[in-house]
Amino acid sequence: MSPDDRPTLAVWKFASCDGCQLSLLDCEDELLALAGAVRIAHFTEMSRAAVAGPYDVSLVEGSITTPADAERIEEVRASSRRLVTIGACATAGGIQALRNAARGGAYADAVYAHPEYLSTLETSTPISAHVPVDFELQGCPIDRRQLLEVLTAELAGRRPVVAGHTVCQQCKGRGTVCLLVAGGTPCLGPVTRAGCGALCPSVGRGCFGCFGPAEGANTEALARRLVDDGLAPADAARLFATFYVGQPTFGDQAVRLGLPGVGRRGGRGEAPR
Amino acid sequence: MSHGSGAQRSVSVGGLARVEGEGSLHVEVRDGVVEEVALDIFEPPRFFEALLQGRRADEAPDITARICGICPVAYQMSACGAVEDACGVHVERRIADLRRLLYCGEWIQSHALHVYLLHAPDFLGCADAVELAERDRAAVERGLMLKRTGNLVMETIGGRAVHPVNVRVGGFYSAPSPDSVTALAEPLRRALDAATATVDWVAGFTFPDVAGDYRFVSLRSPGRYPVESGRVASSDGLDTSPGGFADMVVEEHVARSTALHARIDGRLEYLTGPLARYALNAAELPPPAREAAAAAGLGDVCTNPFRSIVVRAVELVFACHEALRLVEAYEPPAPPAVEVRPVAGSGTGATEAPRGLLLHRYTLDADGVITGARIVAPTSQNQLTIEGDLRRVVQAGLDLSDEELTWRCEQAVRNHDPCISCAAHFLDVAVDGR
Repeated sequence: MSPDDRPTLAVWKFASCDGCQLSLLDCEDELLALAGAVRIAHFTEMSRAAVAGPYDVSLVEGSITTPADAERIEEVRASSRRLVTIGACATAGGIQALRNAARGGAYADAVYAHPEYLSTLETSTPISAHVPVDFELQGCPIDRRQLLEVLTAELAGRRPVVAGHTVCQQCKGRGTVCLLVAGGTPCLGPVTRAGCGALCPSVGRGCFGCFGPAEGANTEALARRLVDDGLAPADAARLFATFYVGQPTFGDQAVRLGLPGVGRRGGRGEAPR
Repeated sequence: MSHGSGAQRSVSVGGLARVEGEGSLHVEVRDGVVEEVALDIFEPPRFFEALLQGRRADEAPDITARICGICPVAYQMSACGAVEDACGVHVERRIADLRRLLYCGEWIQSHALHVYLLHAPDFLGCADAVELAERDRAAVERGLMLKRTGNLVMETIGGRAVHPVNVRVGGFYSAPSPDSVTALAEPLRRALDAATATVDWVAGFTFPDVAGDYRFVSLRSPGRYPVESGRVASSDGLDTSPGGFADMVVEEHVARSTALHARIDGRLEYLTGPLARYALNAAELPPPAREAAAAAGLGDVCTNPFRSIVVRAVELVFACHEALRLVEAYEPPAPPAVEVRPVAGSGTGATEAPRGLLLHRYTLDADGVITGARIVAPTSQNQLTIEGDLRRVVQAGLDLSDEELTWRCEQAVRNHDPCISCAAHFLDVAVDGR
């Protein structure tokens, strides 16, 4: 067998929905070319063959929510030359970071009959809270074109060209009429990172922040504007407390607005039956 | 790996590949008899039912979509259905049709992914689709073309393929333009041909001779193959509303799994997914899908779980054909959503995710805030049946080498396209001791 000197790529999953690694398989036109350019050495969702590390590039999806995963990410880091986190779970803790505000164990009590069978941490934290990360690609889910750019850049040894500006600017570029100004629709576009293509405003929906905060986002000014326009503070808090609630720019803003009931309830709720 | 000889033998796979999410399997054989079978799910729980409490009902479609990146539309549709049921709202036909079209896109995307990238390599002795492409590039490219077409439908109707943005309680934020929908017809026609070729291709695989004694459960809807709505039916005569079925399903939390084990009335195991939908609704398939099924030698019922890949391919034909029909008949709903006023109460939504029945039940207060949530995912419902399959497969395969038996066990799990990410977060809140 001839030596295979292609760079190796590994894909790892922690607490997540699989959607970001699916974005790699969604590169239908490029998948077979990519599989020729790199050796896909570890990608459980795609292959039952796995090659031992070290790996040139590791893509990591998901957040750290269990003691076992807190150990596993150390091993992944140790076996990876470059480690790139993909998506809101890996870069900010994901929607499951809502649990960070809950009383100890309240969530496990609410969902599982035997919380003692579980081994979970009380927080959902980004990969960067545990190990050094070389690049973070944002989005819930990530954009597959941006993923290809990041992979290409990593293989070429250059810095990825990924937008740091806002959805608001991207919307202007598309020529979409401003929902916030024209119709008073609550919109996080002024504070949210570009990358999705300003999809929501293009279908008449306010941005809900699924790419996380843009650089230098002034969430306080936007929050004031939303409340002045008539949005209840509780609803404004919910708007900031979704997929990037674990990222302080959005999470702290949600707390300043009151973060109503979110993650604060113990017990099981009113059983829906 | 598999090890042991003579009287004792065990099969263990630590990290199951080509499934969505994290699971493992373990089988123990003693004196030629399968003693223990376990599909363990160690996917970390994300507690969605808890974090929904205190959220507004109109946030549920986007939040629950994040349970699964492979079938987000299923979550969005069941969530919308539960809220609309609680509030006593019915959407008009044009909205229902647009939902069905979006959902067909997800079926095409998910089934193409499973058939070509996750499941077919097992039958051809390949570790993955990349190895398969080295042998038969045209086949893999056909699968990727199908998958791309499913994604294109989702992007056109939903705004994006993973976690669509255009879905809301009551309908859609905006109706796609007739031109953009009409542009789907040509790719869908090509996809329909590719799907028919898929049935031919997979029908030629070699299947182990195994039959399950399944209790099938799926939605049923007169005159239509079930996707986004229907009553719940079973192969032993059940016929009930989604809410009635949710009342019957009892889930149990066992030590080795973060998924729950669902049974009807707390005792009857059942199977959802393509085999169940086909067994209960084959007569509703359109002619091209029925003809493809007949040519592939499928009867009215298929009980060999390894042949689920053929049924999935037949459903690909159905989904492409149905999407094409909906595209050709498209009338933009105006307005694109009906108003949903909050009403205190509870409601159930049930739809057919690509891998099986997905139930959501929410309790809302008068302000439309969720006070209780229960989600029953397909893999929780199928887990006990998958374990039963493993038992049969091992019992029938004791003469296989360790390596072959291990691979066959993995395949037995992949037969049901388990979505472990989905399965890991759910439990009815008060199941124990009921």
